[in-house]
Amino acid sequence: MSNFWDDSLSGFWSAWIIVLTLGSIAFAFWILYANRKTDKVPDADGNVETTGHAADEIEEYDNPLPRWWFQLYVATVIFGLGYLLLYPGLGNFTGLLGWTQEGQWEQEVARAEERFTPIFAQYQEIPIPELARDAEAMQVAERIYQNNCAVCHGANARGGYGFPDLTNDDWLYGGEPEQIMTSLVRGRNGLMPSFQTLGENNIENVTQHVLSLSGLEHDTERAELGASVYASVCAACHAPDGTGNTALGAPNLTNDIWLYQAPGQSVADSVRQTLRNGRNGHMPAQEAYIGEERVHLVAAYVYSLRFRD
Amino acid sequence: MKHEIVEKNVGLLAVLILVVISFGGLAEIVPLFFQKQTTEPVEGLRPLSALELEGRDIYRREGCVGCHSQMIRPFRAETERYGHYSVAGEFIYEHNFLWGSKRTGPDLARVGGRYSDDWHRAHMYNPRDVVPGSIMPAYPWLFERTLDGSDTPRKMEALRRLGVPYTDEDIENATREVRGQQEITALVAYLQQLGTVLEGTR
Repeated sequence: MSNFWDDSLSGFWSAWIIVLTLGSIAFAFWILYANRKTDKVPDADGNVETTGHAADEIEEYDNPLPRWWFQLYVATVIFGLGYLLLYPGLGNFTGLLGWTQEGQWEQEVARAEERFTPIFAQYQEIPIPELARDAEAMQVAERIYQNNCAVCHGANARGGYGFPDLTNDDWLYGGEPEQIMTSLVRGRNGLMPSFQTLGENNIENVTQHVLSLSGLEHDTERAELGASVYASVCAACHAPDGTGNTALGAPNLTNDIWLYQAPGQSVADSVRQTLRNGRNGHMPAQEAYIGEERVHLVAAYVYSLRFRD
Repeated sequence: MKHEIVEKNVGLLAVLILVVISFGGLAEIVPLFFQKQTTEPVEGLRPLSALELEGRDIYRREGCVGCHSQMIRPFRAETERYGHYSVAGEFIYEHNFLWGSKRTGPDLARVGGRYSDDWHRAHMYNPRDVVPGSIMPAYPWLFERTLDGSDTPRKMEALRRLGVPYTDEDIENATREVRGQQEITALVAYLQQLGTVLEGTR
């Protein structure tokens, strides 16, 4: 990563910065110093010198700067020079402390790793079904879930339109520990093609057949016509009896769970829409974002949801 | 030099003020124009496609930058949440920068790929549908309006003049790529590439 911080300057620009910085500090200091007034004291009559500026008979005193102010100014100059000596500021000079923005971040990360790595390493050893029963681990895991997964699957893991409910026992890609891990590590890409080419009539027939699979009200005549289309087009993924296939992420069509049923929409409409337009649900791979150990914990959390009410 | 000369010549005073205040810029800004870190793209950086570019303009038009920054600072608290800290080389083709300075919503510098396209569409249509406590406004009109792409080639030409390496072919195909697309499609395309040139922190 250090190549992003290749911030070295050519000698000219380094010198440019040094000369400008130190030069302006020296210049500002000289101005103040050259204009200091230490010889202004009231004369015998108690009058003090004025600048000679007068407006509406109001004159401007020519007093020296308050001492505390002058000293504070000198202190800031000293502070500034000290800062430039310790920290990077003067061109390519890295400062005596060797401080870098990147180094500070690395230190911060290293400190956290030192603290958290043993905890995660310990959880990593425990198989998912067992880890899912560990109340303390699940507290940690829930935090990770809420930060990374709840955005789609919901804070209560009940999902929503197009985002699977994780609390029921209907799994698109399987609910066994390895399958949950695969979903998390590699992500998932739903691939229900559009069947617009079947024509509206066939789409309606297949829709009625799909409704019949889960025992919903349907047009029996059309459902029978749809059965043959289903067998030749849909059965390959959704299985001849409509129970789906977790290896392909093809949903079970025989239960009452409809991932793409929008609020207020009938099942029939949702199925029609799916057949016409296809569905391409996408679960992004999480490992790159949260790392292997946290994925393991989150998998256990998802697994643990089945024990909860 | 006598004070009075400066104080009584406004023109001279103005010139001298300019000289004084230019020192900061001369020391802090000018050298950046000649520094590798700030002038060379990070490996793999590509200019935005025509559709993403239109998405970026929608991002600007809707004022997203007012609530979302695109700048991950090198602090662990930020890199844990958002991913690798932002580096200057990622912004070489950005005109103007959309770094932002206010996080009412989360930083978006690396939101690309984090959520699905479907999620973004649902979220933009009504944020409360997917994030119950969200205070983000809904942007339903993005689903009704389509792009005609007539300006896109000129935008790309202007960017090319500023150093973004668009090819003649990119510019030629721009209108075709964009025409008829929903605004939301362009915006999601823009969001989905944000920050993807650098991988996460791990």
